Amino acid sequence: MRWWIPGSGCIKEPYEKESKIMDKSSINFSSQAPAMSLALEALPPPETPWQEFLRIFQKDYQALFGFWVLMLLLFIALAGKVLTEWWVVFDPEMVRLTDKFLPPLSVPTPDSLPTDRPFVGMYLMGTDELGRDVFARMFQGSFVSLSIGFVAVGISLSIGIVLGGLSGFYGHVKLGFITVDTLIMRFTDAMMCFPTFFLILTAVALLPPSIYTIMIIIGLFSWMGTARFVRAEFLSIREQDFVTAAKALGIPEARIIFRHMVPNALAPVFVSATIGVASAILTESGLSFLGFGVPPPYATWGNILSDGKGFVFDAPWLFFIPGIAIFVVVLAFNLVGEGLREALNPKLRSR
Amino acid sequence: MWNFILRNIGQRLILLVIVSFVAHSFIHLAPGEPSEVDPMNPRMKPEDIAKIRAAFHLDDPLHVQYAYWIRDLFNGELKSFKDSQPVLPKIWDRFLNSLPLFILATILVWTLAFPAGIYGAVHRGGLYDRSTVFLSYALISVPGFFLSYLAILWVVGWLGVPVISIKTFGMEQAEPAYKIMDRVWHLVIPSVMLAIGGIAVLSRYVRSQMLEVLSQDYVRTARAKGLQENTVIYGHALGNALLPFVTMFGLLLPGLIGGSVIFEQIFAWPGLGRLAYEAILARDFPVIMTLNFIAAVLTLSGTLLSDILYAVVDPRIRLH
Repeated sequence: MRWWIPGSGCIKEPYEKESKIMDKSSINFSSQAPAMSLALEALPPPETPWQEFLRIFQKDYQALFGFWVLMLLLFIALAGKVLTEWWVVFDPEMVRLTDKFLPPLSVPTPDSLPTDRPFVGMYLMGTDELGRDVFARMFQGSFVSLSIGFVAVGISLSIGIVLGGLSGFYGHVKLGFITVDTLIMRFTDAMMCFPTFFLILTAVALLPPSIYTIMIIIGLFSWMGTARFVRAEFLSIREQDFVTAAKALGIPEARIIFRHMVPNALAPVFVSATIGVASAILTESGLSFLGFGVPPPYATWGNILSDGKGFVFDAPWLFFIPGIAIFVVVLAFNLVGEGLREALNPKLRSR
Repeated sequence: MWNFILRNIGQRLILLVIVSFVAHSFIHLAPGEPSEVDPMNPRMKPEDIAKIRAAFHLDDPLHVQYAYWIRDLFNGELKSFKDSQPVLPKIWDRFLNSLPLFILATILVWTLAFPAGIYGAVHRGGLYDRSTVFLSYALISVPGFFLSYLAILWVVGWLGVPVISIKTFGMEQAEPAYKIMDRVWHLVIPSVMLAIGGIAVLSRYVRSQMLEVLSQDYVRTARAKGLQENTVIYGHALGNALLPFVTMFGLLLPGLIGGSVIFEQIFAWPGLGRLAYEAILARDFPVIMTLNFIAAVLTLSGTLLSDILYAVVDPRIRLH
């Protein structure tokens, strides 16, 4: 069974055949330089990094599974944003006290107002303690949870890349008596000394509760790892020949950094971003559990789960549906992250 | 060697000063003050708030407050805002409660993660390997409290043992055997929950480390010499694969406070994490800052210890 990934099309098999031909030709004509150059002209261009990445990623079934789950989730989240907020088909905030604690797939009770009935004629995932439609709430929550993950990771990546890049590229510059590198890395070390979750909890508890506070705080306290390995990548890339060549050509420094160095340092950043989204979603659910989650008008999966924990016996679906949803999504992010790590890291390839 | 240790300690002391600055200013720059915990209470008059602020030095500039905090911390006179109890004995009591949880969890992590990871690496690609790798992803992907609730439901429902809090109330008159079993049951489930994340992460590290070592030339040489596979793996490869994990001991220490907030809350365990949570709810700045500070001290001494240990066990590393 072959999986289809956009852009990969039918690259895989023709290419593998031709690579065998190339091996043979290079052996046969190795002593005859003119013939070899003729043969090379007929050969396909060498595999680009992107094709190589796809070839490895496609073999990793766990990562592919995660990838498709995430694509589906992205679609659900966008649809959730549209259908619960802009064009309200599923109303997550509608309270129907006559329809409390209905199990999944049950139809509304005859007492409920006809205008209050859910769109599909039944409660796909049941109702909660206020008679709100759990399906609509999960639908809305998918967008909120995912956006918390993405925004938090966006913030932490920006801080991490800027600080790591600065200290990797301009590390030797002196500011008074200390270098930029010392300044930034000692600050990073100091931040790493704190227990992250406790720090996030403190900040979220002390600041006024809002969804933006949570996104920003999670982002502000999780950039340390990114900064450290961006710095390490920059330190090693800065010494490589193509950077020296670029400098010799007189290319401006900003262009060297952003066009030549950043793309080469991005691979580990991608991996940590994917895994960062997963851990941001988990952190948000942990904060919800402790009572510092996203405040009521928004439903998030963590919210629904921590509200549902009081009804494990009376209404188990309130607990299990969000719990399993978080589990599947976080698992998918982790699997994709790990697949990316395998596919992007040349050191691991031989294994 | 001594030179190295002294310089390292010096660097870490400087870092600790930065950490204390960050902890202090971070807590005080955030809005929300101890005097504002209960703003709707009609009995809180403005003069009461002014009195509270004066008593806690909240009207002074930040650097003066910092000086007060450091002075009181090292005199041992630091008082909690909430109940005016000295902070350090309070933290010490809770630390003693957290300690058995932490020790058992650590033992579980280190005894289970290594065999699991090593076996997976040796039988790479087999059914066992693939399923444990997948399982470890699954375990780090479950929200901790979701899993804990499932565990509580299952254990209490099927085995009928108590799991909430540190011991059952009213067991003082019971036989010693009952008392001990009671304590053990209360301890087991939270420790397992606390350990699960660590087992999942550490076993994957062990596995990839072992794979890295097994692919090296000297292992191939050992095999080519005709050594038995067991000698190659356990005699030649294992030692080198385990070396980096000496450094991980140090990183475990701060988990004592940070990682246990949620689990101690679920299991109503009166430990450090719960103290931290209560302090946050009460805006109890001295306790929050001191906990952060202690966590930083633990982390720094942990990394120092592991640096030295690493140099001791690995002769290839020269200290200078």
